[in-house]
Amino acid sequence: MRLEISSGRLRNEFVAKIAELSGQDINLCYQCGKCSAGCPMSFAMDLLPNQIIRCVQLGLTDDVAKSRTPWLCASCLVCTVRCPKGIDIACVMEALRQIALRRREDFVDPAGLERDTVAELPAIALVSGFRKLTG
Amino acid sequence: MDLSYYPGCTLKTKALNFEASAIAAMSVLGVNLIEIPRWNCCGTVHSMADDDLAHHIAPVRNLVRVAEQGSNRVVTLCSFCYNTLKRADLLMRNSPEKRNTINSFMDDEIDYNGQVEVVHLLEVLRDDVGWEAIARQVKVPLEGLKVVPYYGCTLTRPQEAAIDSVENPTVIQELMKVLGVTVLDFPLATECCGSFEIVSDPGAVIERAYAILGMAQRKGADAVVLSCPLCAHNLGQKQAEIADKYSDFTGMPIVYFTQLLALAVGVSPEVCRFDLNFGGVEALLRDRGLIPERV
Repeated sequence: MRLEISSGRLRNEFVAKIAELSGQDINLCYQCGKCSAGCPMSFAMDLLPNQIIRCVQLGLTDDVAKSRTPWLCASCLVCTVRCPKGIDIACVMEALRQIALRRREDFVDPAGLERDTVAELPAIALVSGFRKLTG
Repeated sequence: MDLSYYPGCTLKTKALNFEASAIAAMSVLGVNLIEIPRWNCCGTVHSMADDDLAHHIAPVRNLVRVAEQGSNRVVTLCSFCYNTLKRADLLMRNSPEKRNTINSFMDDEIDYNGQVEVVHLLEVLRDDVGWEAIARQVKVPLEGLKVVPYYGCTLTRPQEAAIDSVENPTVIQELMKVLGVTVLDFPLATECCGSFEIVSDPGAVIERAYAILGMAQRKGADAVVLSCPLCAHNLGQKQAEIADKYSDFTGMPIVYFTQLLALAVGVSPEVCRFDLNFGGVEALLRDRGLIPERV
């Protein structure tokens, strides 16, 4: 794959927004992969957590914006507590969700849930799901 | 000892077994859980975006309610509530600028400056009551019961909110041993059950549940002991579907630590509401002679 790296690509608005919302310096990442190794949801992800970080480092924002990975992140914080560089990776995932949610791009439609599903789910699931996956 | 108690939404609805067993067991141990007045939902999850202060108001309001009660300590049973209240408290203690903004916004409330300590019931049992005092109250040792401990995410992460070691917590094992329960080694004790993904991706949560429950089964566990109503749901509700998909899975009882504590200190099994548990807890306890046969 041919990849053109330029200062414009590396410092685009999307990358700046991630840094602003997460408060994290993703350039500290040296790709050890510990986040992805421990991630309980990685089996369902299109890009692994370390790949998301790498894409952001390289300014590959289209790939990141298209990825389902931030929506599969359950905020369990295993990546965050294990990162040897102290990057709060779960917080980066939150920033990626927030960027979409603030454009009114909700990941779930509460009105679209089946009545039986809503009755079966405990309040803790509904509130946390809507808090994380809708804006 | 009186302790301010924050229940949260699910303990008043689907997890009545968690609350009832805790209140009864703590009463035997000499601890009165006093529900705080006018509590509201804690928000269930901590907002991590740096500029998102609005979502911290719900948990902070609950801490204000505790302070208004004249108390400087609040206990939760639900792991999610614990985590959300604890991290809101830490934010208010450690970020003066955000604290000022939130206090200014809540101008009808007293200022919150970190005057309340947030603790989980497991910490109270370990640090306030103590294992020896609990051991003295055990009337029905739960011998013959083999369990694996399941902490999930929110009791031990992040580091600053952890009630125990982040990677190797032992508090549930210690409690279970005091009650006479055999505790098995469980490598997935702190692995996430899939959490709120149950709303958007139940299929992925079923895979998580199978990984965790299948490991518990292979370890020879009679039951999984936990402290979170969302873990209880995710590991319990879909067991029939898991068994349909994976023929080696035969079902796994899911029980709250407070229910086993209550049973062991002599609380009536009816109070523990084992009928609300997933995975056949009543049948297991009957089989072991720990609760009477149904009449």
